[in-house]
Amino acid sequence: MRLTVLTAITGVLVLAVIFELLRRRQLREKYAVLWMAVGVLVLPLAFFPHALDDLASKVGVATGISLLLFSGFVFLLLVCVHLSWESSRLEEETRTLAEEVALIRTELAKREEREPSHD
Amino acid sequence: MINGKRVLVIVPAWEESESIDATVREIRDVLPEVDVLVVDDGSMDNTSEIARNAGAIVTRLPYNLGVGGAMRLGYLYAKQHGYDVAVQIDADGQHDPRYLPKLVDRLDESALVIGARFAGEGDYKVRGPRKWSMVMLSFVLSRLAKRKLTDTTSGFRACNRDLIELFAGWYPVEYLGDTVETTVRVIRLGYKIEQVPVAMRPRAGGTPSQSPVKAMIYLGRAFITLLLALNRR
Repeated sequence: MRLTVLTAITGVLVLAVIFELLRRRQLREKYAVLWMAVGVLVLPLAFFPHALDDLASKVGVATGISLLLFSGFVFLLLVCVHLSWESSRLEEETRTLAEEVALIRTELAKREEREPSHD
Repeated sequence: MINGKRVLVIVPAWEESESIDATVREIRDVLPEVDVLVVDDGSMDNTSEIARNAGAIVTRLPYNLGVGGAMRLGYLYAKQHGYDVAVQIDADGQHDPRYLPKLVDRLDESALVIGARFAGEGDYKVRGPRKWSMVMLSFVLSRLAKRKLTDTTSGFRACNRDLIELFAGWYPVEYLGDTVETTVRVIRLGYKIEQVPVAMRPRAGGTPSQSPVKAMIYLGRAFITLLLALNRR
């Protein structure tokens, strides 16, 4: 029983944090959908930690909680990989921007040398 | 102009205030007919200013990207300004610009010409893990290119317009990727590569990294870079 209280409180808290971040527009929409889905899936499990026991025994996992732990771990691993990919992409984009800035400055300096401004 | 070709010398420079002046002036003295572009890779010192005063065109990245990042910007500049040939020369004074016309001459045959340190000229020597890395790289890349390449990590290289176009849009920013991975890609795309023996001089500024631990790390990175490069595309 005490386990259920713990998981229920945690589940509600997590969902509240996600909802609040969305409400303040701190998360992009693509992540919003993902995290809302996660919240909605996890919340019932927080109140009924044994809801997965049947499914677990069918796939050969001892208890529903182990199954949840395992799938949670895999899910988080995928999220991490996704974030690495996202940050690589961002680095590539900032690199392109840095190049543009450098070239524009060089062009500007050349022009000023040719026709010094009178300010 | 060399052989009727517009040549841009790209000098990637990061915190090279000690040596950049001499390097730029020497290139301009020896080869008054080429343009020199110093790509300041986000230095905190006055590398840009010194280079400009020495007579180079300077473009400055707002933050440090590494040699590969600086080089892609250099190639982008070369592409936008319609150069026929781009030559990379290091800022530390190791590369003698007197070899440059030799490299450019060979571009009639090959798309990429590498100034190689171990090909007979000069007395450049390395030992230990660093040597093993170079042996491994040159063995694999020579087989791939079907001709002898002894110094694939050399930063003294000239390329033609096709490769300027390629490198302006694609040039790995990772350490060693800039030399090893580009070489692999260029071979895979069916371009010819050759090397020209050059003698290297001691650096004018800065200290070379020679600790055995660093050399081992270098070997590991060279291996990983090569493995990744060979498995791409």
